[in-house]
Amino acid sequence: MQNVLAIWQREMKAYFVSPIAYVVLTLWLLLSGLFFYAILTNVIQSTMMQSQFGPGSQPVDVPGIVTRGFFGTMSVVLLFMIPMLTMGLFAEEKKRGTMELLLTTPVGHLHAMMGKFLASTTFLLIMLAGTWVTISALFKYGQPDWKPILGAYLGLLLYGEGLLAAGLFISTLTENQIVSGVITFGVSLVLWLIDSFSSGASGAAKDVLSYLSVIGHLDDFIKGVIDTTHVIFYLSFAFVGLFLTYRSLESMRWRS
Amino acid sequence: MIEVEHLTKAYNGRKAVDDISFRVEKGEILGFLGPNGAGKTTTMRILTCYMPATDGTARVAGFDVFENSLEVRKRIGYLPENPPLYPEMTVQSYLHFVAKIKGTPSAQRKTQVEDAMDRCSITDVRDRIIGKLSKGYKQRVGLAQSLLNNPEVLILDEPTIGLDPKQIFEVRSLIKNLAGTHTVILSTHILPEVSMTCNRVVIINDGRLIAIDTPQGLANQQKGAERIALLIEGPREAVRQKLASIPGVMSVQAEAGSDAQPAGFTVECKLNTDLRRDIANAVVTQGWGLLELRGVSMSLEDVFINLVTKEEV
Repeated sequence: MQNVLAIWQREMKAYFVSPIAYVVLTLWLLLSGLFFYAILTNVIQSTMMQSQFGPGSQPVDVPGIVTRGFFGTMSVVLLFMIPMLTMGLFAEEKKRGTMELLLTTPVGHLHAMMGKFLASTTFLLIMLAGTWVTISALFKYGQPDWKPILGAYLGLLLYGEGLLAAGLFISTLTENQIVSGVITFGVSLVLWLIDSFSSGASGAAKDVLSYLSVIGHLDDFIKGVIDTTHVIFYLSFAFVGLFLTYRSLESMRWRS
Repeated sequence: MIEVEHLTKAYNGRKAVDDISFRVEKGEILGFLGPNGAGKTTTMRILTCYMPATDGTARVAGFDVFENSLEVRKRIGYLPENPPLYPEMTVQSYLHFVAKIKGTPSAQRKTQVEDAMDRCSITDVRDRIIGKLSKGYKQRVGLAQSLLNNPEVLILDEPTIGLDPKQIFEVRSLIKNLAGTHTVILSTHILPEVSMTCNRVVIINDGRLIAIDTPQGLANQQKGAERIALLIEGPREAVRQKLASIPGVMSVQAEAGSDAQPAGFTVECKLNTDLRRDIANAVVTQGWGLLELRGVSMSLEDVFINLVTKEEV
C-alpha cells in the first residue's frame, strides 16, 4: 500500500510540474463553460419560441435539458482529454529507464500500475469537480433535479475509468508518448463511433454494437437512472484494461 | 552471497549470456570486465530480477532471483547503465521517493537520504532539478539512489562513467569503503578501475566467462616472460649484443635513434628469473651509462587484450 501511495504521489507531482495538467484543465474548463453557455442559450431560445405559440404548451424543464445536453457533450470532450492523461504513464518510464528502477525495487508491476491508475483517476476527479463551477449556476438560478446530475457525475467517472485503463494499457506498449496518445485517441474514437454504427445495423449485430458503445451506456446515468448493467459494463471495461496492462508489464520482462 | 550457476540468456536464438557460473562471497567486490556487448548488463539485469534467465539459476543472499524475486529485490541496490532518474524532480525529493519505494521506514528515511547524498557528494545540489544537472551529478544521484535502504548487495553497471577524474577517484574510494559490509558487483571497461577496486575479476566475452581470478593472479597467469625496461647511454648495437649475451635473456629490443641519445631497451627473460643485477653489472663494467632499469609487470590491459583476442582466434 505504501508503494502504491508513493507512486501515486510522484505521479500527481509529475502531472502538475509538467504543462500537461494545466493545458488539459484549462481547455477542459474553457470548453465546459462554452458548451454550457451555448446549450443554455439554445434551450432558452427554443422555450421562448415555444411559449409564443400559445398558452396551452407544456411547461419545459430547462435545467433538465441543459444538464442532459451538457453532460452528453462533456463525455465527448473527455474522449479527447483522456489520452493526454494516460499517454506518458508507462511510455515515459520506459523511455527514461526508470522502469528498471520500479521493477528492481520491491514495487513491482502491480503496485506501479495501481499507483498510476489511481493518479490518473484523481486527475479525472479534479476535472469533474471543475465542471461544478458551471453546474452550480443552475442551482443558483433554478431548482434542478439533483438526481440526474449526481447520476451523470457517477457515470462520467465510471466511463472515464474505463478509458483511463485502456490508455494505461496502450502506454505500456510503446516508449513514445505521442504514439501512445495517438493510439489511445484512435481507440477512443472508434469506441465512440460504434454508437453511430449501431443505429445503422440490425439484428444481433445491432445488439452487440450498442452494447459495446461506451457512450451509449452513459445515457441512463445522465437521465438519473443508475442501472447495474451499465455499472458492470464500465467496471468490466476498466478491469479488462487493467488486466491487459498487468499482462503487458509482465511480458515486458520477457521481451526486453 | 551471490551464486550464479550455468546462467544463459538468449534473445531470438542469439545467446547474450552463455553458461556463466561464479560465486561472490559476502563483503567481496567483484569486477565485471568485458568489451561492449559482452553480456555484462544482461547478467546484471538477471541478478536484479529485471529480466528472467533462459536457463540456469542465480541466487542472491540465498534467494532465487526468479522464485523469490521480492526477497531479492529487498536486498539489492542497483545502478543501471543509464541512471533511472525523473528529470522533473529535485535530487532530494527523488531520493525520498526511492527510499519510500524501497521500503525504508519513514523514521529512517531522512537520515538515509542525507547519508547517501553525503557519501556521493551531491549535498550541494539537493534542491536542484535533476534534468538540469550535469552528467557527472546525474551519475552520482543514480549511485546515491542505489545506496538507499542500505542494501546487502550492490550491483553497479559502469558506476564511474561520465565522471571527471576527481569524481572517479571519490567514487572508487566510496566503493572500496563498501567492501566488507556490502557485497558489490561492478561492471566497467576501465581496466585500472578493476585493479584498484576489486578483489576479484570476471572477464566475459561474447557471453562466455573466460577468466575469473584476482587482478594479480590474472596478470601472473597470463605472463609468458619477465620483462625489464632499460634506458642506457652507449653505442646501440654493442649494447644490444652485450645484453643478448647475458645467460637467461630471451630477446632484446632496442629503440630506434642515434647513438648520441640514451636509448630505451626492452629485455625479455625466462619466467621466474631476476636478471636485473646481472644486467646492471654488464652495463656498468662496459662503462656505459645506466640511466634507468625497471621490471615491467603485465598490466591488466595486456591480460584483457590477450584473453579477448585469444578467444577470437
